[in-house]
Amino acid sequence: MNFDPTYRSQKFRSVGTRPRRPDGIDKVTGRARYGADFNMPGQLVGRILRSPHAHARIVRIDTARAEAVKGVKAIVTASDLPDLTNGNQSLFNILDNCMARSKVLYDGHAVAAVAAIDANAAKQALKLIEVEYEVLPHVVDVDAAMLPDAPLIDKTLFTGGVEPTPETPSNVALRSEFGHGDIESGFAQADIVVERSYRTEQTHQGYIEPHACVASCNSDGTAELWVCTQGHFVFRQTCADLLGLDVSKLRVTSSEIGGGFGGKTHVWVEPVALALSRKAGRPVKLVMSREEVFRASGPTSATSIDVKIGARKDGTITAAAANLRYTNGPYADIWAELGAMTSFACYDLENVKTVGFEVLVNRPKVAAYRAPSAPMAAFAVESTIDELAQELGMDPVEFRIQNAASEGTKSSYGPVYGPIGIGPTLEAAQSHPHVKAPLGPNQGRGMACGFWFNFGGQTCTDLNVNVDGTVTLAVGTVDVGGSRASLSLIAAEELGIAYEDVKAVVADTATLGYNDMTDGSRGTFSSSMATISAARNAIGVMRHRAALQWDIPVEDVTWEDGNAKASGEKYGNLSPLSIKEIAAASGNTGGPIAGHSEMVADGAGVSFATHICDVEVDPETGSTRIVRYTVIQDAGKAVHPAYVEGQYQGGAAQGIGWALNEEYIYGEDGRLQNPGFLDYRIPVCSDLPMIDTQILEIPNPNHPYGVRGVGETSIVPPLAAIANAISNAVGIRMTHIPMSPPRILAALNRERNQ
Amino acid sequence: MVSVPVSTTINSDEVEFLCRADESLLDVLRNRLGLMGAKEGCGTGDCGACSVIMDGRIVCSCLVLGAEAEGRTIETIEGMADGNELHPLQKKFIEHAALQCGICTPGFLMAAKALLDANPDPTEEEIRFWLAGNLCRCTGYDKIVRAVADAAQEMRGKRA
Amino acid sequence: MVDVKLWAGLVPLADNQQTVTVEAGTVRELLRQLGDRYPGLREPIKNEVAVVMDGTIYRNDWSVELPENAEVFLIRRLAGG
Repeated sequence: MNFDPTYRSQKFRSVGTRPRRPDGIDKVTGRARYGADFNMPGQLVGRILRSPHAHARIVRIDTARAEAVKGVKAIVTASDLPDLTNGNQSLFNILDNCMARSKVLYDGHAVAAVAAIDANAAKQALKLIEVEYEVLPHVVDVDAAMLPDAPLIDKTLFTGGVEPTPETPSNVALRSEFGHGDIESGFAQADIVVERSYRTEQTHQGYIEPHACVASCNSDGTAELWVCTQGHFVFRQTCADLLGLDVSKLRVTSSEIGGGFGGKTHVWVEPVALALSRKAGRPVKLVMSREEVFRASGPTSATSIDVKIGARKDGTITAAAANLRYTNGPYADIWAELGAMTSFACYDLENVKTVGFEVLVNRPKVAAYRAPSAPMAAFAVESTIDELAQELGMDPVEFRIQNAASEGTKSSYGPVYGPIGIGPTLEAAQSHPHVKAPLGPNQGRGMACGFWFNFGGQTCTDLNVNVDGTVTLAVGTVDVGGSRASLSLIAAEELGIAYEDVKAVVADTATLGYNDMTDGSRGTFSSSMATISAARNAIGVMRHRAALQWDIPVEDVTWEDGNAKASGEKYGNLSPLSIKEIAAASGNTGGPIAGHSEMVADGAGVSFATHICDVEVDPETGSTRIVRYTVIQDAGKAVHPAYVEGQYQGGAAQGIGWALNEEYIYGEDGRLQNPGFLDYRIPVCSDLPMIDTQILEIPNPNHPYGVRGVGETSIVPPLAAIANAISNAVGIRMTHIPMSPPRILAALNRERNQ
Repeated sequence: MVSVPVSTTINSDEVEFLCRADESLLDVLRNRLGLMGAKEGCGTGDCGACSVIMDGRIVCSCLVLGAEAEGRTIETIEGMADGNELHPLQKKFIEHAALQCGICTPGFLMAAKALLDANPDPTEEEIRFWLAGNLCRCTGYDKIVRAVADAAQEMRGKRA
Repeated sequence: MVDVKLWAGLVPLADNQQTVTVEAGTVRELLRQLGDRYPGLREPIKNEVAVVMDGTIYRNDWSVELPENAEVFLIRRLAGG
């Protein structure tokens, strides 16, 4: 790859404007096709039977009566998805999660699936599948699962990351540790130490579109999959691995995606739909119900976190420590480790130590949710920081500025930072009019900071110059929030043509090389880098074609403002050749004109945000209303500022829901009691104020236009910002998320009775 | 189960269909009539992604039976634009970047149209409470509220 | 010469060394040498590591050159949302 991604300052013509998105009309007229909006000839309806138990051994499954139902064409169980994972534990976990093998591990775990000619036949068949369970003791609470006598999810699991390895199995899969310095001597130097314990409940990404796919397997080993996903290339690989298909023979097309936020980075029903289609010999459409989405897909970790921070009277933090316990669902992952890495990433600390524990429980397999694991850690740390500032009698922004990480700081997770944006977001907060606005009765103001890594990854892009001089851009990163608009802007900028002359599409897996998922805030960051590279390659071709047309050396042809120009006085009489003229002549100068790019877009750069929030707490009901909200975040360069604002606002709104309302509620029986939008309440329009945004643009040195990822960081600060605001409004420190009316009222009543 | 014959008006067209007695209007629109602009986000009337206008009222089509459409007048997202001329709400949603993933957009547009049909000059609070039955997980609603207010203003200007 | 710092999970696989000194010009050479010296590291190197060089995280680009005295960390490959 001969591409230099280094940032160069330039004046932009297209980048930074706010044109209409290319998929806008389809989406406002109902024509855009999402996961459930696609049909194939002869298609069957798929349905999944799910466990009613939190933890049970599957003794026997009898499908005979179900198979006899008229219209039923196939029934699959784990035996139809044989284990081809070849010792790959994480792949096996995906397989076992798609279809339980020997045990069901949570309420909602799939045990069998049916394909039938219509939904009624499928439903009837599900009722007739007989599953005999041996119910086992279960545990859903993170701290309870760590007790020595807790029911064991996996009797072969011995905690990793501790020396020596324990002799008895437990639900703690892994211990991880980060930090530097000596916290004991650090705390000894402190004048004030604040130590608190926090809990956060499990939340769901809450995308409005349930998982949906149409799978079609042919007898010759070829297959097609239409699916809503954040990464169709990754889904292709996983499905091919699990079903024993050749990767080249499985063609995956990503539908329009109705929200993902990390929850559509994992397969859930897709391998099952393919298995049903393979067995039935017909296409199968499988759409999850909302209840299934809550019970069996997605959620984030529930957590229990202890934080201890010490500071001198002059406001210098001398030591910081955190213990973080995160639920993983029934399969081991690294969610607490991510929390342990991000906890203190905003600060410059001499002595810091974080320890994470991955805890197995009988809840659904945890999936990534926007800056996964960071919001809970930030809630605990930023609450403690705020309380410490109060004890020191310091302004909370000033206290953070004094201790903020900057270029050269050794981060709490290890490496030394390059140029970073935490300081500028704090300084912008300090001078923002929001911090000086008056507050009413029962109102309080809070602020908090947030961090997320961001990353790039494998990316492939095709740019075709059509004979009329317009450009088709095929990208492989799924468009989750307007990236086709931003990538069209990038192509227009680099080529020097109008935005309207570029049409961007998301290509399927058969027509473009491999792309990583749209995750880690990478969609626009990495595909824009690949688009710039592809455009530069196309410009190289067009310069060559112009040279042929003029019959001069290619070295004498430059590219400016969408035109080839002959440089040098000897060519004074040659008028520039536009992209349209070069394209029109292409048939006789060498054929089609294209630019291609395959690359690894690394160097995304870490991301920071500062949020400010005003709340009003009703002392009679404990209900909290967000009165005003401001998001300040570094975008590097905002390619389409309206969609950058949209990311900031959307992340803040999700964080607000997490902070105030959203939680999984389990009964004593280990069953989820609120698997619907009525009882799992995400913020509605009347819950929120306008969400103000301030976009800082500190160029990313590792991107030609300075772009950084913007999607995730905005969900990190809200939990703490709101907790801090509530504390300032009514004088109570909430340590349990969500801060729902009953919890706040109980805390207020405790305070009143003291 | 015996099917029910239904005669109704959808987007000004007279339409006849057969449906099962327990079949929702949403399933009829999507699976029998090919009108897939209405989306199923929950099937329990909580998310509003399936919103359509029935006899001038906004309803969740997942909570209406197909058989109940008999003799009614139904408006769906597919009938909102006048041919290639977008409704002002549709234009303003695109202009204001009031959609990200877009799955909730048809429902929001139908609900907003019902609002402006009933109240051409709503306050921000009225917009927020009227749209409280429609869930959006991407935008934080900010740009949706602005788009609706701007469309209302433009439509009032045209009427005057 | 480059000092490579390992995340805690890798330390037991590398004779309990937290820092390993290698002579390498690129990330690829560095990883190859680590794998040669500590075969237990080969498996995690395949798909579990990211390399942080002077504060910037690289997950895929093993052709990146290592400047003299670069600060190099192996951290776990992360998930995103």
